[in-house]
Amino acid sequence: MTAPLLEVTDLRTHFFTRAGVAKAVDGVSFSLAPGEILGLVGESGSGKTVTGFSLLGLVDPPGRIAGGSIRFDGRELVGLPAEEMRALRGQRIAMVFQDPQATLNPVLTIGTQMTLALQAHGRVSGRAAAERAGAMLTRVGIPEAASRLSNYPHEFSGGMRQRVAIAMALLNGPDLIVADEPTTALDVSIQAQILAEMKTLAKESGTALVWISHDLATVSSLADRVLVMYAGRIVESGPVGEVLRAPLHPYTRGLLDSLPAMAEPGQRLRQIQGAAPSLLALPPGCPFAPRCARASDICATPPPAVERAGRLALCHHPLDAAA
Amino acid sequence: MLGYVIQRLLQSVLVMLAMSALVFAGVYAIGNPIDVLISPDATQDIREDAIRRYGLDLPLWRQYVAFLGRLLSGDFGQSFVFGMPVIDLILSRLPATLELALAAVLIGTIAGVPLGIYAGYRPDSPLSRGIMAVSVLGFSVPTFWVGLILILTFAVNLDWLPAGNRGPTVEVLGIGWSFLTLEGLSFLALPALNLSLFKLAMMIRLSRAGTREVMLTDTVKFARAAGLSDATILRRHVLRLISIPIVTVFGLELASTLAFAVVTETIFSWPGVGKLIIDSITTLDRPVMVAYLVLVAFLFVTINLVVDLSYALLDPRLRRGGASA
Amino acid sequence: MRAFWREYAENRVALAALAVVVLIVGAALLAPWVAPQDPYDLANLDLMDARRPPGFVGSSGYAHLLGTDAQGRDLLSAILYGLRISLQMGLAAGTVALTVGALLGIVAAQAGGWVETAIMRVVDLQLSFPAILLALVLVAVLGQGKTQLVIALVAAQYAYFARTAYGAASAERRKDYVEAAAATPLSTLHIVLRHVLPNVLPPLIVVATVQVANAISLEATLSFLGLGLPPTEPSLGMLIANGFQYMMSGRTWISVYPGIALIVLIVAINLVGDQLRDQTNPRLRR
Repeated sequence: MTAPLLEVTDLRTHFFTRAGVAKAVDGVSFSLAPGEILGLVGESGSGKTVTGFSLLGLVDPPGRIAGGSIRFDGRELVGLPAEEMRALRGQRIAMVFQDPQATLNPVLTIGTQMTLALQAHGRVSGRAAAERAGAMLTRVGIPEAASRLSNYPHEFSGGMRQRVAIAMALLNGPDLIVADEPTTALDVSIQAQILAEMKTLAKESGTALVWISHDLATVSSLADRVLVMYAGRIVESGPVGEVLRAPLHPYTRGLLDSLPAMAEPGQRLRQIQGAAPSLLALPPGCPFAPRCARASDICATPPPAVERAGRLALCHHPLDAAA
Repeated sequence: MLGYVIQRLLQSVLVMLAMSALVFAGVYAIGNPIDVLISPDATQDIREDAIRRYGLDLPLWRQYVAFLGRLLSGDFGQSFVFGMPVIDLILSRLPATLELALAAVLIGTIAGVPLGIYAGYRPDSPLSRGIMAVSVLGFSVPTFWVGLILILTFAVNLDWLPAGNRGPTVEVLGIGWSFLTLEGLSFLALPALNLSLFKLAMMIRLSRAGTREVMLTDTVKFARAAGLSDATILRRHVLRLISIPIVTVFGLELASTLAFAVVTETIFSWPGVGKLIIDSITTLDRPVMVAYLVLVAFLFVTINLVVDLSYALLDPRLRRGGASA
Repeated sequence: MRAFWREYAENRVALAALAVVVLIVGAALLAPWVAPQDPYDLANLDLMDARRPPGFVGSSGYAHLLGTDAQGRDLLSAILYGLRISLQMGLAAGTVALTVGALLGIVAAQAGGWVETAIMRVVDLQLSFPAILLALVLVAVLGQGKTQLVIALVAAQYAYFARTAYGAASAERRKDYVEAAAATPLSTLHIVLRHVLPNVLPPLIVVATVQVANAISLEATLSFLGLGLPPTEPSLGMLIANGFQYMMSGRTWISVYPGIALIVLIVAINLVGDQLRDQTNPRLRR
């Protein structure tokens, strides 16, 4: 087995607000091999996005990484000086955001924005930058790329804008791309296109991908492995096929049951009862217990890690055991 | 784009008409128009002649049309005090005011925008608190008082700069300018600084608020994710994003600076239109007052128009048609 | 109310500013009793005492703490009486402008249609026009005097109140309970008094604090230019103007002390206003 590209151990990212400490990420561990695609799934507020930002060192105050370790290619990222972290960002670890409408600067041309991203990592002449940017736009499927460098973001359609954002992420040939729901804001038909292209691009260039999504279905078509997050913790992890076929954690089951594709025609979708708990006041035991059909008295104590042949779940009552 | 320009032009003409009607109503319909047109010590014959000549026996709407006609042909009458056509008088004073106002707004913008961006980027640092204190003072301390303190400090106590007047000017394009010689600049320095303080405060506030807002957006986060340094983000992304409100205010302030110049020009004896209007108010030189009002309204409308049009140039989303540029 | 006060008191700067405002207003109100001299009783003046520096013991036998002006007036007394006039003008202009502006704003919001368009067009046009110029022109047309000056100040400032009242009132009008009340046979006046006014008042009061400071500043500017009050009513601006000509010869106190009084007053009112604004701004509440 090759050495992991990324190894996250007991990562804790907390937000120190006036109302108290919000443990947005609380003890997350996982690793990622070069070229691997990892799905990170959870409801909003589960900590998946904060995990992604932690990897790039982009957690804004009042949040900060309160503990744990992020080793990237043998280098410890937690506590890395700001300038070294900056040099890494965009060069070796890149990120794609949810809404390209909000991420691209509306008053700068695409060419300028891509040139800035190139020049952040070494001297590049304007002409060379334009050439590389144009080539990258062609690769992500934008026709007449060279002539579109002088266009502004609003002159692209939603799908094309996200392709531009993806091209910017790929520009410096990173080893890892963190993609935070990059298809959520797009039409369904374009979503599927971008997903397929993204998968091909990652495989071609050997780039590892952390794909953050609230949608298990999207992740299932893309990822090799999946992590399910709930209230700042990873409650289940394993190869995507196995997790989908036979989830161990009741929360994963709940997510699967709420997918339209899993329901019988005419049947109502089953939503998980209740709402995600406040990160400021988590219950002492299993955070999912208040919403869980299988919960019992023991769930008021911290749940154990259950291991099943390369899979892991954090639960007192895993679904393959008797209730 | 062309449709937009035409629409804005028509609007401006309408506003100008409204303003001229107001001035007409204020000075001609309410006051005794003859006082505005000829000197009070004129003989009865001259008065009657003037009434007939200016058509004051005609109905009000025809008088207004005639008034408009005189305005359009640049006929504002004669100044009682200076005994020369008002339009020539004002035009001879205007360059001094324009130079002063432009210098003040430039100082305010060039110093204020970077300070404001810094204060928005690091809102809690001691330097930012200092910057904000300066802006509070700039807003609340009256211009004339700042002018006095400047004279007291730099002219009286330190004796570095002249306390008033314009000093030597250099003729370019038939107009005298101060900023072309070092000595001229030394005369320009204090009044410009005085007039700029309010603009400085405003620019600081504006760019600070804009920067704080922009720094929280995904645009900045995405740029940081691409590895751009904070300095590059501030210079290339933030500055461009906040430039639209700044240019607007730059233009509008240029107009209001022409008005505020009244105070500064009086303190520093700067021979511009501001000093002229104060002098004409105290000497009841009414034709000059009318002309000044119409002129300021015209400048206002024109600058508003230019600002709106440059808006469209700065924000590519507002540019319509000809998108293939 | 108590919670509001406690939050206000948390800001040390704002608290100090409030104390300064109270102190100055108190001193101005009590001027006839606390001032060493009635500066406008000509019998008190002796030209031998003119332009003496601070601390000079004059012919009346007491020390002039802040010196004397060109007519031999005790400057401290002149400042206290000047503050009275400045505050008087600021408060009068602020109150009238608030009333006129609030009335126009609420009428525009309630009436809608062309009344709304007409009022707000004029208000917006005026907001873009520099207040000082308008005041200058009015003073020039109306002549000098307290009433004329208040009219000029009100004309220069009412638009801010109208904008604020209009914004708050039209936001209120869109709310369900006001619409529900409008559906019942209650008079418009009743709705305005019971529902609209209570919601319009807090932002108006915040604007009013700042506008009183602005009115004082504007009045001082006009008086400094010699276009404000007649010489028989010397406000701070005129005191500063009177001292201006002696500044070059080094007798700086005649202008500087009235100026300091003016600045302290204006800055303190502004700081109080800033704090009130922050406390009533729902966007800053978490």
